[in-house]
Amino acid sequence: MALALSTSALSKTYSNGFEALKAVDLKVEKGDFFALLGSNGAGKTTAIGIICGLIKSSTGSVEIDGLDQQSHINEVKRKIGLMPQEFNFNPHEPNIEILINQAGYFGINRKEARVRAEELLKKVNLWDRRLEVPQSLSGGMKRRLMLARALMHSPEILILDEPTAGVDVEIRRSMWRFLKQLNEEGLTIILTTHYLEEAESMCRNIAILNEGEIVVQSSMKGLLKKAKHQTLILECVESLFEDIKINRCECEVLDEHTLQITLPESMSISDVITKLLLKNITVAHIRSAQNRLENLFLSLTSKEG
Amino acid sequence: MWIAYQTIVVKEILRFARIWVQTIVPPVVTTSLYLLIFGGLMGERIGHMQGIDYLHFIVPGIILMTVIMQSYANTVSSFFLTKYNHSFEELLVSPVPNWVILLGFVSGGVTRGLCVGLAVTFTISFFVDLSVYSYGILAVSFLLTSVMFALAGFINAIFAKSFDDISIVPTFVLLPLTYLGGMFYSIDILPSFWRSLSAFNPIFYMMDGFRLGMLGVGSTELYLAFLVPMAMIALLAAVALYLLNTGVNTKT
Repeated sequence: MALALSTSALSKTYSNGFEALKAVDLKVEKGDFFALLGSNGAGKTTAIGIICGLIKSSTGSVEIDGLDQQSHINEVKRKIGLMPQEFNFNPHEPNIEILINQAGYFGINRKEARVRAEELLKKVNLWDRRLEVPQSLSGGMKRRLMLARALMHSPEILILDEPTAGVDVEIRRSMWRFLKQLNEEGLTIILTTHYLEEAESMCRNIAILNEGEIVVQSSMKGLLKKAKHQTLILECVESLFEDIKINRCECEVLDEHTLQITLPESMSISDVITKLLLKNITVAHIRSAQNRLENLFLSLTSKEG
Repeated sequence: MWIAYQTIVVKEILRFARIWVQTIVPPVVTTSLYLLIFGGLMGERIGHMQGIDYLHFIVPGIILMTVIMQSYANTVSSFFLTKYNHSFEELLVSPVPNWVILLGFVSGGVTRGLCVGLAVTFTISFFVDLSVYSYGILAVSFLLTSVMFALAGFINAIFAKSFDDISIVPTFVLLPLTYLGGMFYSIDILPSFWRSLSAFNPIFYMMDGFRLGMLGVGSTELYLAFLVPMAMIALLAAVALYLLNTGVNTKT
C-alpha cells in the first residue's frame, strides 16, 4: 500500500532544551484513518506542526505522498489540510470570508471558493451563520468552522488535532459521521484526540507517542488484541448477595442489582454469563466498564499499573 | 501566486475599511487641526518659507506625514494581530511564498496610505487652493515613502511581542523624525550643524521630494529624494524577507 505520510528519525529540541520528539518514525497509508495518541506534552502537536510546516524540525525528514517536504514544500502543503487544536482565525472576520481567503491562499479564485465555502458551511451546519464573525460562535461551532476551512482546498490528507475537544455529544457524533464519510471517499485522516473511544471506533491504525517517542504503532485490531483483561458492568435481575466469586475473575457488587467483573482475555463473556446462571443470577444488561484502548494506553504510557 | 497576493490585499483593504472610524477619520481631524493652528493662526505671523506662504508650505508635509503614519500603522497592526491571534498559521500552512506574503501586506499598507492621503488632501482642499507642480514626482515620492514605511511596520510587527511594542517606534522614532524632517520648515533656515544632521534623516529626502512635486521648491537634488528611499526599501525588504524565511518570531 502506498504511503500518504512517512517520517524518518524526526526530532525536535526546543530552544529551552526540551526534547519534544525523539527520532520518530511514522508511517500512514493512503486512505487510512490513523490515530496519533499521547498524553499532554507527548509531542503530538509538535509532530503535526512539523508535518504542516508550522514548526521547524531539528533533524529527520518528512515525506508526503513520496515527496520530500523540504524540497517540495509547496506541493506538500497543497496535499495537507490542517485543523489545529487552538482556534487560529481572525475573530473579527466574517466566517465565509475566512473560508474564501483560505482558498485564495491555495490559488482558488473567489468565485470557485464561494461555491466550495457554501457547500462546506452547509455540511458543517454553519451556513446560517456565514455572515457572523467567529467571536459570536460557540466552541463547537468554531471547531466546525476550522474543519470546513481545512477542507477548502480539497486536501489529500486531513490532519485533525483534537477536533472534538469541547464539542457536545450530539455535534461530536455528527462530526464523526462526517469524518467517516470523508474517509470512505478516499481522504486520508490523521487524528489526535483525548477521546480514546473516538480513536477506537473510527481509526484503523494507531501510533502512541510517549515523551516524544513512538511506543507502539500497529493496526487498531492488533493493538486491542493485546488487551489482557476487560471489565464489564452487569445489570442483574435478581438481588445480589455480597460475596460472589467466579474462578479467574475479580467480582465486585456495586449495588443490589449491579455487578462489576474483570475477566482475563482467555475467558469469554458467555462463560461469565453461564457461571452466573449456575448461581441463579440472570444478566439483563451488559456494558463495558472501561474502554479497552484506554487501559492499553495507560499501560503503554506508564500512567497506570 | 497572483490569486494569493490578491487575497491578502483584499483582506487587508477590507480590514482597514471595516474600522474606518479608527483608520480614516482621526487623520482627517488631526489634519484640520494642523491647518487651523499652524497654518491659519500661526502661519500669518510666520509669513513665507522658500518663497511660499506658510499655509501652502506645510501642506505637502502634512499629507506625507499622514501617508508615513498610515502605511506604517497598517502593516504593523495587521501583521502583529495575525501573529497574536495565530491566524498567520493560515498563511504558513498554505503554499504562499514569503515574498508574496510580504508584498501583500506592504500593498495593504500602501493602499491605506493612499486612501487616507487622498481623504486628507480632500479635507485640505477646503482650507487651501491646491496646485501640483509635477504629478510624476508626487506619485513616485508617495509610492517610495509608503512602501518604505509599510516595510518598516512589517519588520516592527515581526519583532513585536506585545501591543506596547507596536506603538513605541511610531511614537519615539517616526514622529520625531517626521517633525525633524522638514515637515513644518525648510532645512535652509537651520544652523549648519542641524542642517548636516538632517542629511541623515531619510524622511527629509522624502518630504523634500514630495514638496518639490507639489510646490516646485526643494532643498536638495531630486535624484537624492528618490535614491535614498529606494536604498532604504531595498535594505528593509531584504531584512523582512530574511526574517520571514528564517521564521524569526513566526515559526517555532
